[in-house]
Amino acid sequence: MAEEKKDTIPMESLIVQGARYETTLTRKFKNRKVWVPHNPNLITSFIPGTIIDIMAKTGQKVKAGTSILVLEAMKMHNNVLMPFDGEIVKINVQRDEIVPKNHVMVEVKPVQIR
Amino acid sequence: MSLRSNILDLRKRKQEVQKGGGDEAIEKQAQMGKLTARERILAILDENSFHEYDLFVEHTARDFGMETKVLHGDGVIIGTGTIFNKPVCIFAQDFTVAGGSLGQMHARKITKIMDHALKMRVPLIGINDSGGARIQEGVNSLAGYGEIFFRNTLASGVIPQISVILGPCAGGAVYSPALTDFVFVVENISKMFITGPSVIKSVLGEDISMEELGGARVHAEITGNAHFYAMSEMECFDQIKSLISYIPWNNKEKAQAVPPKLPKKGKGIDKLVPADPRIPYDMREIIKSITDGSEFLEIMEHFAPNIIIGFGRLEGETVGFVANQPLVLAGVLDCDSSDKAARFIRYCDSFNIPIVTLEDLPGYLPGVDQEHAGVIRHGAKILYAYSEATVPKVTVILRKAYGGGYIAMNSRHLRADFVFAWPGAEIAVMGPEGAANIVFRKEIMEAEDPEAMRQQKIQEYKEKFANPYVAAAKGYIDEVIEPAETRHRILHALKVSKNKSVFLPDKKHGIPPF
Repeated sequence: MAEEKKDTIPMESLIVQGARYETTLTRKFKNRKVWVPHNPNLITSFIPGTIIDIMAKTGQKVKAGTSILVLEAMKMHNNVLMPFDGEIVKINVQRDEIVPKNHVMVEVKPVQIR
Repeated sequence: MSLRSNILDLRKRKQEVQKGGGDEAIEKQAQMGKLTARERILAILDENSFHEYDLFVEHTARDFGMETKVLHGDGVIIGTGTIFNKPVCIFAQDFTVAGGSLGQMHARKITKIMDHALKMRVPLIGINDSGGARIQEGVNSLAGYGEIFFRNTLASGVIPQISVILGPCAGGAVYSPALTDFVFVVENISKMFITGPSVIKSVLGEDISMEELGGARVHAEITGNAHFYAMSEMECFDQIKSLISYIPWNNKEKAQAVPPKLPKKGKGIDKLVPADPRIPYDMREIIKSITDGSEFLEIMEHFAPNIIIGFGRLEGETVGFVANQPLVLAGVLDCDSSDKAARFIRYCDSFNIPIVTLEDLPGYLPGVDQEHAGVIRHGAKILYAYSEATVPKVTVILRKAYGGGYIAMNSRHLRADFVFAWPGAEIAVMGPEGAANIVFRKEIMEAEDPEAMRQQKIQEYKEKFANPYVAAAKGYIDEVIEPAETRHRILHALKVSKNKSVFLPDKKHGIPPF
């Protein structure tokens, strides 16, 4: 039976606890999200929405907790805040731009602000 | 008026109302490849068995020009009938009448037939084909949905509830099917989503078609919202009848038994399973070599196919099968397969259907996506469902039963009534490869030829632990059996479990890891 199946279905392999199993993989498994470590210097959209205001400017030094832009989503104006004291390195969005989820909106770097 | 003319008047009125949205709308429905609500009901029920109620109900909307509109039957047909000569309650939303939109009276008709079904303890079949809430009726239509959801919940586990999605089913409307036991979808016809493509596009900028977002295939394969997937409405109706032949009419009854049959003569169960536990085979062949007539009704065939669930019969009586599928993802348990199996186990337990578990799995699926998706929480569902189930529970371990997977798949420790293992079964904390790497790490590292040492230690571990006799020595397994005996042993186990009676601690309800 297994031999017959192998002719018709291309087999792949899956390693579970050190053993390599011959098997097939599902579409959902193949499309699973690959984990990437969080980079604190990238400010990404936590929800898809529209940029309705940008308060910060490139090169500006901003204190933690200051609003740097406003992202409108689900009928709500969400203030996106500076996560730590730092400098705005690059702004990748424009006013009225529609951004998807996890889009890198602003790049920042930590800087000592006295 | 004479009685005769009264009768003629009644007939005329019925004829008028039974046309639903009228010829033009019916023509449109046909162009979409869809049957009308009435045709669907007649196709599902026994011939000449349908009896309709609330035909003359009218809608109550008095705003936005609705007061001048006539909506026949308010867009839904309700009634009773029989399937296999046994009574059922049924409703079908009529898309030809105001897009099947749900207003106050529409909802009241549905809840009326739901109340009947629950009171009379008969199955409820709901055919969904609706554009959603009737906006002109405002909060009244929301109230209607709420009343339906509430009844779905009350009836859950008391009578079988079947939802058939034969058109759009969007927004709040999708939660009624989601609360029912079995959801049927048809390719190109069924569409289910909370928020449609146009809203998603305008708000979020994501461009997706209705089919890709919430078509039949998506729900059958990706979301797990659908249990049965058909290519046409007629195939779908056959699936409904097939399912209904396996299940009892309510939670106080047993499923109707049919004349016993022997499994078809095949290759022989012992020849279907390769000895090397890393080589796959199709578990469905094993199930079919056990069941009467080799018949097996698989449920959620396309979702989480690494576990198989469905109904078969043993000596004429319905049995629920839960089985790992080595052919897909090596048969691992993961978030989706745990969720799928757990819900099915609870269904069987609610409706007095014994559960047979066929086990061959390497454990839980490793991966960041699994851990972050909550495999702990989802995996716990299967433990909960098996532990709580009081119907007869029989397990057969065919090959691998490693680690958490061994415990989860209806082990003795979760109160399986009978646990059997084939002589090649490997019951251990993990597979020999993984175990050898940990237990003999030092020896392997320090060896002159680490790979040769690893292979030697794997072999050593295999001989010592990877067999059924360690578990049998503890009584965790009741008997090591020959593969060819499998059907016979399961049959006997179920026979002696007929009057099984166990008591759980008194409680209002548990708190399963939903």
